Amino acid sequence: MSVAKRIVIEPVTRVEGHGKVVILLDENQKVIQARLHVVEFRGFERFIQGRPFWEVPVLVQRLCGICPVSHHLAAAKAMDRIVGGENLTPTAEKVRRLMHYGQIFQSHALHFFHLASPDLLFGFDADVGVRNVIGIAGRYPDLAVQAVLMRKYGQEIIKATAGKKIHGTGAIPGGVNKSLSVAERDGFLRELDRQIDWAKSAVRIAKDYTVQNLAKLAPFGSFESNHLSLVRSDGAMDLYHGNLRAIDAHGAHIFDQVDYQRYVDFIAEEVRDWSYMKFPFIRSLGPEQGWYRVGPLARLNTASFIDTPLAEAERKEFRRATADQTSNITMAYHWARMIELLHAIEKIQILLGDPDLQGTDLVSKGQRREVGIGVIEAPRGTLFHHYKVDKNDQVVAANLIVSTTSNNEPMNRAVAKVARDHLQGVEITEGLLNHVEVAIRAYDPCLSCATHALGQMPLEVSVVGSSGQVFAQKSRELGWARPDRARPRGI
Amino acid sequence: MVLYGMEQAMSGGREKVLLYGYGNPGRGDDGLGPALASAIELADLPGVEVDADYQLTIEDAARLAGYGAVVFVDAAAQGEEPFSFVLVDDAAAHHLGWTSHSVTPAQVVALARDLFGCRVPAYLLAIRGYQFTELCEVFSPAAKENLAAALAFAKRVLLEPGCCFARYLRSSGPTAAGPELGGSTWKA
Repeated sequence: MSVAKRIVIEPVTRVEGHGKVVILLDENQKVIQARLHVVEFRGFERFIQGRPFWEVPVLVQRLCGICPVSHHLAAAKAMDRIVGGENLTPTAEKVRRLMHYGQIFQSHALHFFHLASPDLLFGFDADVGVRNVIGIAGRYPDLAVQAVLMRKYGQEIIKATAGKKIHGTGAIPGGVNKSLSVAERDGFLRELDRQIDWAKSAVRIAKDYTVQNLAKLAPFGSFESNHLSLVRSDGAMDLYHGNLRAIDAHGAHIFDQVDYQRYVDFIAEEVRDWSYMKFPFIRSLGPEQGWYRVGPLARLNTASFIDTPLAEAERKEFRRATADQTSNITMAYHWARMIELLHAIEKIQILLGDPDLQGTDLVSKGQRREVGIGVIEAPRGTLFHHYKVDKNDQVVAANLIVSTTSNNEPMNRAVAKVARDHLQGVEITEGLLNHVEVAIRAYDPCLSCATHALGQMPLEVSVVGSSGQVFAQKSRELGWARPDRARPRGI
Repeated sequence: MVLYGMEQAMSGGREKVLLYGYGNPGRGDDGLGPALASAIELADLPGVEVDADYQLTIEDAARLAGYGAVVFVDAAAQGEEPFSFVLVDDAAAHHLGWTSHSVTPAQVVALARDLFGCRVPAYLLAIRGYQFTELCEVFSPAAKENLAAALAFAKRVLLEPGCCFARYLRSSGPTAAGPELGGSTWKA
């Protein structure tokens, strides 16, 4: 009879959605495996089926209150294909890009200052009563003000290009429904220099922290992996559009310049009986070897270069930290994220100087299709939207691979690595909790997308035997709600 | 220090009330907050500005300056039916939340205080909901009734001269609006 034990950490604090961590031990109390369980939303297929395709870019924003713009744009790109309007007008493409870089900027700023900096500036083991955004505001008020106002700047760009915060409608099949006014542009230009300075400062913080602590950070939750992202036709980083490139842990191309309309020939998804999330993998390598990372670290690894000067200089420094080799350091996500933050504000600067943003030619059309696939580099990584539409313009099928799903296996491996390095016996120490959370937060996961209603979810930790017996339990607060167990459909 | 975004807020007039509904309209009862905000916006009440979003985030701290009071409106997965109305206690801001990117009303108020020197009385209207996990844009029947009660309460209070929100709070402990306004345990 097996005497394996399970350690359960539930849910993960400061990570979007409901998640819990189960650490499986063998009879010698060695870590066998870590499993990140999430409660995913249900009913997407039913929610989307039968809807007219032109509503989809608005409807999909309901999937996630954190990154509605990413879903909005990925769906719009898919619907561009449906209306044959994928060759956007210059104004439409640039307005969408501005919206997207605004999203990247605000999302990365929020993650770093709200989520990462408490861990980095106070230390992984600092009191959770201090190690939070309010603690940062108290100890580092200037930094906190920057965070708030960088986030606000990005949000205002989104509002100017997408419309209302909840009902963003800026991107439509084949284009956009408005351009950027001169008054809006000038408002953003007035604030731009300060935002660039703050972005440079943010890169400096992340870089200095990573370089100074490299010996400690390099092994933390780290492992070799494949990496995947879109890249431009010349290999440059491109967060809005491009072709798929996948590399192995040492930088060798697995595939390159793959048209994402053919993604199903290259990417497959595995279902495991213990998880609500699927496990994507590179088809040619199989599920055991083909899993991959997405997001800032992956993009810094896959891109041949960055086409904005400040971010490119930082990318070269980033590469130097690993002797110009592919970085497989989980904690380097933070540094990579800040380089992308700088890239985003440089792109915003370039776009704001482009008169095409004030153009009036907003929509393209062409030959109608019944299948549309849109892919974008969302803040957390590559986001796939795939739809089938019938002759009555109604959606009949949909498949999404969201960034956090692609990072599912890597997050499990990161937790397993941390558990192997920090677990002593079966005791769930505060230190173990902290380290597990730090490893997961590096990926900036969005586990369940924005049901946040009042009254849910403190942190619950249990040690459970293989028969379900609870050996130990630890909670930061009293009272908790057990997540729903139903399996999601359609995604 | 001149702060971006603050100048505009500061010109908004001290006595205005900001009603801020938040939640995801695509998650069943999670959309109660934005639904109430939308209804108040349609009512076009004098001295009331309305905003809505999927959730509260740190930049909302800069949004509070310039208002005489703020009323956050959210769905509640637990608690009193049909709704409760409580003072936001910024002492609760240091609690570690389980979400990554959103913050609580208490944290927004604390950030507004600590970063922008803005001390605005803030209240939370929490409308009880029941169905949060299914992707759908309709409310459960009971939540719909609770929303109607909360809306009637909000309109009545917001139309009062001076909007004396404190009248509707209990003197100690958890606070809620009274039965005559649709709440369960109010006393003046």
